Amino acid sequence: MTDATSQGGSRLTAADSRTKKRNASEKRFRAYGLAAIGTGLFFLVVLLTSIISNGSTAFMQTFIEVPVYLDPEALDPNGNRDPADISKVSTFGYNPLIQNAVFEQVQDKGIATDYEDAGDMRALISASAAAQLRDRVIANPDLIGETVDFQILASSRVDGYLKGRVSRDSITQDRNIDAGHLDLVDALREDGTVHKSFNFAFITGADASESRPEQAGLGVSMLGSLFMMLVVLFLALPIGVAASIYLEEFAPQNKFTDFIEVNISNLAAVPSIVFGILGLAAFIQFAHLPQSAPLVGGLTLTLMTLPTIVISTRASLKAVPPSIRDAALGVGASKMQSVFHHVLPLAMPGILTGTIIGLAQALGETAPLLLIGMVGYIATNYPEGVISGFMSPNSAMPAQIYEWAKRADPAYYERAWGGIIILLVFLLVMNVIAIILRRKFERRW
Amino acid sequence: MPVLWLFLIVLALAAIGFIAGRMRVTSAGGERPHSLPNYYGWNVAMKVMAPAFLALVVWLLVQPMLVDRQVTAGLAEGAVPEGSTLGLVMSDVRRVAGGLDTAVSLGLITAGDADAMSAADSDVRSLLGEAGVALGSDVSPEVLEAAQRYRAMNATGDFWRSAVVLLLAVGGLVWGVAQSHGTFRARNSVETGIRIILLSAASIAILTTIGIVLSLVGNTWHFFQIYPASKFFGSFTWSPSFGGGSELGIWPLLWGTLYISVIALIVAVPIGLFAAVYLSEYAGPRMRAWAKPLLEVLAGIPTIVYGLFALLTVGPLLLSVFGRDGLGWMQAGTAVMTAGLVMGIMLIPFVSSLSDDIINSVPQSLRDGSYGLGATQSETIKQVILPAALPGIVGAVLLAASRAIGETMIVVFGAGAAARLSLNPFDAMTTVTAKIVSQLTGDADFASPEALVAFALGMTLFIITLGLNVFALYIVRKYREQYE
Amino acid sequence: MYDAPLRKTDVEANEIKISAKDVQVFYGDNHAIKDVSVELQDKTVTAFIGPSGCGKSTFLRCLNRMNDTIDVCRVEGLIALDGEDIYDKRVDPVQLRAKVGMVFQKPNPFPKSIYDNVAYGPRIHGLAKNKAELDDIVEKALRRGAIWNEVKDRLHAPGTGLSGGQQQRLCIARAVATEPEVLLMDEPCSALDPIATAQVEELIDELRTNYSVVIVTHSMQQAARVSQKTAFFHLGNLVEYGETSQIFTNPVDSRTESYITGRIG
Repeated sequence: MTDATSQGGSRLTAADSRTKKRNASEKRFRAYGLAAIGTGLFFLVVLLTSIISNGSTAFMQTFIEVPVYLDPEALDPNGNRDPADISKVSTFGYNPLIQNAVFEQVQDKGIATDYEDAGDMRALISASAAAQLRDRVIANPDLIGETVDFQILASSRVDGYLKGRVSRDSITQDRNIDAGHLDLVDALREDGTVHKSFNFAFITGADASESRPEQAGLGVSMLGSLFMMLVVLFLALPIGVAASIYLEEFAPQNKFTDFIEVNISNLAAVPSIVFGILGLAAFIQFAHLPQSAPLVGGLTLTLMTLPTIVISTRASLKAVPPSIRDAALGVGASKMQSVFHHVLPLAMPGILTGTIIGLAQALGETAPLLLIGMVGYIATNYPEGVISGFMSPNSAMPAQIYEWAKRADPAYYERAWGGIIILLVFLLVMNVIAIILRRKFERRW
Repeated sequence: MPVLWLFLIVLALAAIGFIAGRMRVTSAGGERPHSLPNYYGWNVAMKVMAPAFLALVVWLLVQPMLVDRQVTAGLAEGAVPEGSTLGLVMSDVRRVAGGLDTAVSLGLITAGDADAMSAADSDVRSLLGEAGVALGSDVSPEVLEAAQRYRAMNATGDFWRSAVVLLLAVGGLVWGVAQSHGTFRARNSVETGIRIILLSAASIAILTTIGIVLSLVGNTWHFFQIYPASKFFGSFTWSPSFGGGSELGIWPLLWGTLYISVIALIVAVPIGLFAAVYLSEYAGPRMRAWAKPLLEVLAGIPTIVYGLFALLTVGPLLLSVFGRDGLGWMQAGTAVMTAGLVMGIMLIPFVSSLSDDIINSVPQSLRDGSYGLGATQSETIKQVILPAALPGIVGAVLLAASRAIGETMIVVFGAGAAARLSLNPFDAMTTVTAKIVSQLTGDADFASPEALVAFALGMTLFIITLGLNVFALYIVRKYREQYE
Repeated sequence: MYDAPLRKTDVEANEIKISAKDVQVFYGDNHAIKDVSVELQDKTVTAFIGPSGCGKSTFLRCLNRMNDTIDVCRVEGLIALDGEDIYDKRVDPVQLRAKVGMVFQKPNPFPKSIYDNVAYGPRIHGLAKNKAELDDIVEKALRRGAIWNEVKDRLHAPGTGLSGGQQQRLCIARAVATEPEVLLMDEPCSALDPIATAQVEELIDELRTNYSVVIVTHSMQQAARVSQKTAFFHLGNLVEYGETSQIFTNPVDSRTESYITGRIG
């Protein structure tokens, strides 16, 4: 024995070459681990940067600010300021007024241009501007005859030019706009007639048709998502908690209980698109519920979120020590009373946290919504009431983002990125609330 | 009587019952009753609501089916015109019936007229137009008759529905109040009722699974009636054409799915595993406190974000390196590589957190034993801990694979729509999930093979992911006994 | 009570293998080991006894620097193996632990085959040049662990499939496979049944011929049966150290006497 171990007199302090190699290997291994973490975080940074840099421009929109003369001859030929008469004037009547206003502005500023007709200004102006002006006039008929400053929504090409999407090269094939228009824009930009300002309509407004990306907004879809989340909250939470209580506290150890548990853990791993198929078959084909309704989306997402809520609720219930239950039983409470009066309140913070996280996951789900009809749907109107909010077809945030991305217009891509920012803000807020809840109320047994 | 009224009446009866039950027991005098007064109240309320609502729900589910079947059976042979189907005719029938209902409620015609109308002597179409129902063509006599029968049957059914439900509610009320005396164990009765409710909630999981299976199996069966299963599983071409003559083989789709998943795993497993190893074995508590949550952020980002990221950022990036201006391997931004890469990024936290749990559950005594023998940390990890954790890690990889296979949005945006069997990872190839979306969201007739194939695809997907999950669970369980 | 057949104690002047001087150990602010100085002899079984929490396991783990794995643990003073300070900056604990082996309270064989369990240590330290040499080392270790005959036909069966006593002997074999000079044993029999305990105690006596053994034990009877020298720890201090027979029949310190008569601990 002594032979093998007397590796020379200097034993411990002399660095063995093999040990050096092993230590080098150790250092390398550590470096790989650190590199892996670094790579993961790098991807996160790239993703977030991509989102923010591409999407933040959606929140600023280009407007043309000009005084518009509301010609009474065009808008109110009878002269009585009768709302019914004024409403008869369609957007066709308003378009020339706006075009004239812009054209006059150009001439007043002395900007050199080849265009001679006010109609050429059409390329600069959004097709929706007339409708917006009309709405305003109908609401305030006494404006007719006056010259009022308006912020007119610029066309998508102009907006793209200011944001760098559109360049003089890219419009050579474009029928809607010429280089001359861009020159005009440059000139008008200098004195602030054409400027970008914060685009509230993106957050609160409705979706627009394919040719008007400058008008598109996420507001109506947000409501659709809200209604869906309400359905999920009011269905999945009670059912999930009830199911967990049964499984955790009351279920006997038999095959049926095992079967339920197996089902739940399998459902938790089923791809979301299968739930979409289920929603399509069960709620639309079988129950004839309206397609694309937030109620249907909510029902489908409830089924999808249920396993998640059950799993986290069971964990919260398990975390309550048996001594609490025993204490309640010891003073003569029934099992049900001990659960509902003692265990459930103590497990509530964990349950709520799990529910919020489940809701956050459901908020971002897209695939099931596509299958129940929320694709190709243009969410143009706010729902009229609560029932209508649930039952009439609408879109939801993720489906809206999908729809915008499908339109394959760079202006709509920008909208999609912007929509993602809003969606992520919602998710961030929900997760932060969940974390705060957990920190504040969680007990360490 | 409309359903809403029935619902409210039953609720009102339940409330009355609650109060009645309570009062009866508190005013009885004599010995202290077995349970708190509220339990007696709830007992009555339960007995009012449970049978009545159950009956209501069952009726609501069953009546439409029965009425449909009766009306369909009564339709004459010639009722289904050329180029149409029974389903379309039935939905016409329903629409006409609904329009007649609206017309009666709007006062446009009387109920008697609605029943007696015949297609020959009234312009049904314009009448319905006034009621707000737009029809594409004139109403045929068969359809009108069927609609009238539909209305009649529904009216009878509705009447009996109200009668039965109300009867049950009142019966429950009487029964419950009769029970409200001191020796009746109301609390036990109520608690049994609550238990049943809890059990039903738990059974919804089973109902969901049954629902999934039924909806998949039923429609897949229909699909295989009109398109041979041998071609579905045997053909290597996927080219649907909505006019007919489609070639619907699943293999190109399966290939795309597998290829993308493999690339995703190649990205996610090494990064995720090494990150987990570092975080659980080397990192101090401060690093764990911020690194782990940050990695988890990747898991919380919705997949549609990843999809757009693939389409608009990663795709062009890869194209600039591998595309025409670069190595020339890549034709367009959407490719297997794009989708696989992004999916891998998405799966990193999944693999990492599962592995972290598994590595942490390896008992400390094994580590001590290894250090005691003079092993370095990396040797201990490589030769003792990872082998001990291997079954769990394999399970985690299988679960990640299952997630990758079932993923939809990333591949819809990032992988393209072309069904192709190619070895080049820079080609665009589509997957099972992307095709489910595209086949079910076109303007498809739901009876055509091109639409029904989506269900067959869904069935295949479900079976594969279920199989992987079960297998993962099996492996983990089988090898866990090792160091118990 | 002391029916321990005191084994023949060739207490010829054995060399000092490990010497500790004024050793202090801190767990954070807690001063767990106070001013311990002791000289442990070679080819001898030394027992550390004392009531729960007195620091014997902590001190044992200092001897092979296992306390390094605990962040909040700080060791001061001198611990020397054959005259070399083991806490010297140049010393790699990895090499130290090849020379000072450890057996733990609960048997902890790796989830590998019996062969691989024993071969693990020699493999990482590169002690065998080829398979034949490794086979020899494994056989020798298993013989030293008094388990060779029971497992020689199933070397590739999993180590976790053995009984408790066999597993512990396997762990002992694993520890001696790296040819250590000192063997540290932390309550090696406390998780074993009496028969297995007897087997392991017999083994410890055989190990004495080749190694210096330090054993922490809760059982005074075991200490009396198995060791030649005994150290009594109390509240982090080394109270008394001497020949086992003397400690148990004629203790010098009153605390020692209180412990062995059962008044404390």
